[in-house]
Amino acid sequence: MKKLVKNEKLCTACGACQRICSQTYFKEDNKEKSAIGIKAEDSGTTIIACSQCGECIDLCPAEAIYRDQKGVVRIKNSICVGCFSCVGFCPEGAMFYHGDYTEPFKCTACGLCVKECPSGAITIQG
Amino acid sequence: MTVSKLKESHKLLAEYKYVPAKVDKGYTNKSLYVNLSGNKIKAKEVTAMMKEKFIGGRGFGLWYLWNAVTPQTKWNDPENEIIISPGPVAGITQYPGAGKSLVVTLSPNTQTVVDSNVGGYFGPLLKFSGWDALEVQGKAENDVVIFIDGSEGVVRVEEAPEEAVDSHLLAEQLTELYADCEEDKRNISVVSAGTAADNTMLGMLNFSFYDPRRKTVRLKQAGRGGIGTVLRDKKIKGIVVKFKGLKGNLNNPADFAKIVNTGVKLHKEINRLDDYQNRMRHNGTTFLAGIMNDYDLLPTCNFKFGSHPEGEKIAAPNWVKMFDAGKADGCWYGCTLACSKVVCGFELKTGPYKGQKVVVDGPEYETIAGVGSNCGIFDRDYILECNFYCDTYGIDTISFGTTTAFIMECYENGIINKEITGGLELNFGSKEAAMELLHQMARGEGFGKIAGLGIKRLKEIFVREYGADAGFLNDIGMEAKGLEYAEYVSKESLVQQAGFGLANKGPQHDEAWLIFMDMVNNQLPTFEDKAEALHYFPMFRTWLGLVGLCKLPWNDIVPESNKDTEEPAKIIEHVQNYVDLFNAVTGQNIDIDGMIRQSEGVYQFQRVFNLRMGFGTREYDKVPYRSMGPVTVEEYQSRQERYDGQLKELLGIDPEGKSTEEKIKLLRKYREEQYEKITDAVYERRGWTKNGVPKLETLQKFGMDFPELVELVKQHQ
Repeated sequence: MKKLVKNEKLCTACGACQRICSQTYFKEDNKEKSAIGIKAEDSGTTIIACSQCGECIDLCPAEAIYRDQKGVVRIKNSICVGCFSCVGFCPEGAMFYHGDYTEPFKCTACGLCVKECPSGAITIQG
Repeated sequence: MTVSKLKESHKLLAEYKYVPAKVDKGYTNKSLYVNLSGNKIKAKEVTAMMKEKFIGGRGFGLWYLWNAVTPQTKWNDPENEIIISPGPVAGITQYPGAGKSLVVTLSPNTQTVVDSNVGGYFGPLLKFSGWDALEVQGKAENDVVIFIDGSEGVVRVEEAPEEAVDSHLLAEQLTELYADCEEDKRNISVVSAGTAADNTMLGMLNFSFYDPRRKTVRLKQAGRGGIGTVLRDKKIKGIVVKFKGLKGNLNNPADFAKIVNTGVKLHKEINRLDDYQNRMRHNGTTFLAGIMNDYDLLPTCNFKFGSHPEGEKIAAPNWVKMFDAGKADGCWYGCTLACSKVVCGFELKTGPYKGQKVVVDGPEYETIAGVGSNCGIFDRDYILECNFYCDTYGIDTISFGTTTAFIMECYENGIINKEITGGLELNFGSKEAAMELLHQMARGEGFGKIAGLGIKRLKEIFVREYGADAGFLNDIGMEAKGLEYAEYVSKESLVQQAGFGLANKGPQHDEAWLIFMDMVNNQLPTFEDKAEALHYFPMFRTWLGLVGLCKLPWNDIVPESNKDTEEPAKIIEHVQNYVDLFNAVTGQNIDIDGMIRQSEGVYQFQRVFNLRMGFGTREYDKVPYRSMGPVTVEEYQSRQERYDGQLKELLGIDPEGKSTEEKIKLLRKYREEQYEKITDAVYERRGWTKNGVPKLETLQKFGMDFPELVELVKQHQ
């Protein structure tokens, strides 16, 4: 299963991953529109990204969430009805949303952020 | 018969093409009018006045019905209408419980206006097809289907001679018939009744939605008030709506982000807390059965008692085992409370579909208590079978349960006998006889045909034909205003007694479900608390029916901080969510007081509507004594310690040496006085006269001083 793997100890919370993610998918440099979340606190940094666990698949009332051949959990926007149930029930808090869009978004393990990460805190597995 | 054959048998009676109005801030500003007597179809404007004073949903239904009927109109006159309206907030997908439709008609049970709310996809799909409401008037000559295609912009009335009448078949057939392919089925919703709606006064409406995971049509019910009977009287087999392309923003709301944020907040709350609170996602509403039994509130043997040693058999854990539980069991998109539970592959043991494996929607708490414990039956398979047949026959499980329980008590008291029932031994607990009674209702045969008239008419028949004691029947016949009671024992809860008795449409819990906060949570300790609750909660709950929201996500999940709020019973955070949603959809700027004011106007209007139809005064707010206290020696003695204690503590009477009959009389006098006292207090609070009629200044205060209303209430000031 292809997924993003994190090593939070290495994360410097520079935000490069969020920039490339939001620029790639929403053509905007806006961490609120990134499918990877960074929480920098005194106790350390937390990286929030989809583990591809698939909990959201059965939760979706429109059957708009599925696992592709590489094991990546994806959203079929054309049939998503924008209920955001998946956002509320994601065990990782890694299903994201933004008021500008009618569908949620998530990490698809594309790996672009990995290339941008200066500290090696994220890698793609599988 | 194949679907193509069914389709071929259809005969087009009328067609109306239209350009679907785009929804603007929750409203399409159009309603669809269909008259089956002359096959007329037209669009009507939804006016600014309607939106300001009646808001939507039930409010629109009341307004249209008021204008359609006269004080002389009967439920089965062609002038009577069925109005279905979803409300401005309905159809949002982000907040749980936002797919409700409200149905309004003149009821065969109460002979006046009734409203019933229901899930399923019909209301939202109707709105997205361009209509804030559907008004159906007139009567067809032969069975018809009304088909509304919001994607193509066409409405048709088609004669439909070959489809089944029973809903589990009909809804499947019509879904199949009007869908282009399997994926298209989710875009269709069917309103239908069933064969018992043809033959009884207790008919209800099923609203369907397609369940893509189980590949089956699911049914939700607008149960109360006999609306299914009205549907079939109009010779409507089904009303079908089809709309493709559902998205989360089709209400074109003023502030989409606000709706999303409010919705996600509640999704997270449910995710975090439901497992530790009502477990709705696992249990559905069955969780109530055990609690009601534990608190002596579960109707048992026609509301004689509130619990039973076998009550555990019908508590939630036993249902959960049978459910085919999913994670997306909502009756509209985005309802993560997911209470629409289902039993799949249930093999029927009786009736026309005997031996078939079917899908049973539910059971809900009301069904469990109504057809189960209230009839002295604690058999899960019976309850499921009865649930299935009530649904497919289009009969309300509450009215069926409460009516059957009444009949059973009459049977056990020798008021009716085997000769009268045509051989049915209708003792409490007689599940075979009760099931046969239901089948007879569907066939329109035997004692079932009489039983299907409902308690109010049965009382008259039993007195007239069999010499029954009218006083006793009025005490034990659990109906008020002609509507059978919903399934809660209100004897020890004055506020619930009045909640049932003072409800506009009759004793249905959706207006004033106060028993839980009174008896389980003990949140209304004083008389003043109770009187105020009987103002606030009916108004608040009415509001949800104006905008198209479900009540369950209001109080079946509670935020952690709620216990520390000033008035925990109100769950103010969720009320604020609703205000936020309304404002975010409509672009208005109401607050909680404004929300209650919106409701009060419509509520007053409905009360005057009752008055207009010849009801709506104090005498019609009376309730059977069984809802207030022990009618019989058996009942008194079963809770003797409690009642003796009350005589001592509340009345200062020493029960020693008094006969049970004497004690019943003393307790009754006290309880009836209490009921009158709370009635006075609530009337005052609602701005009504002592006779329960809205005062002129009350109508003025809420902008309901239409000349016709003013004229009416003036006669009663």
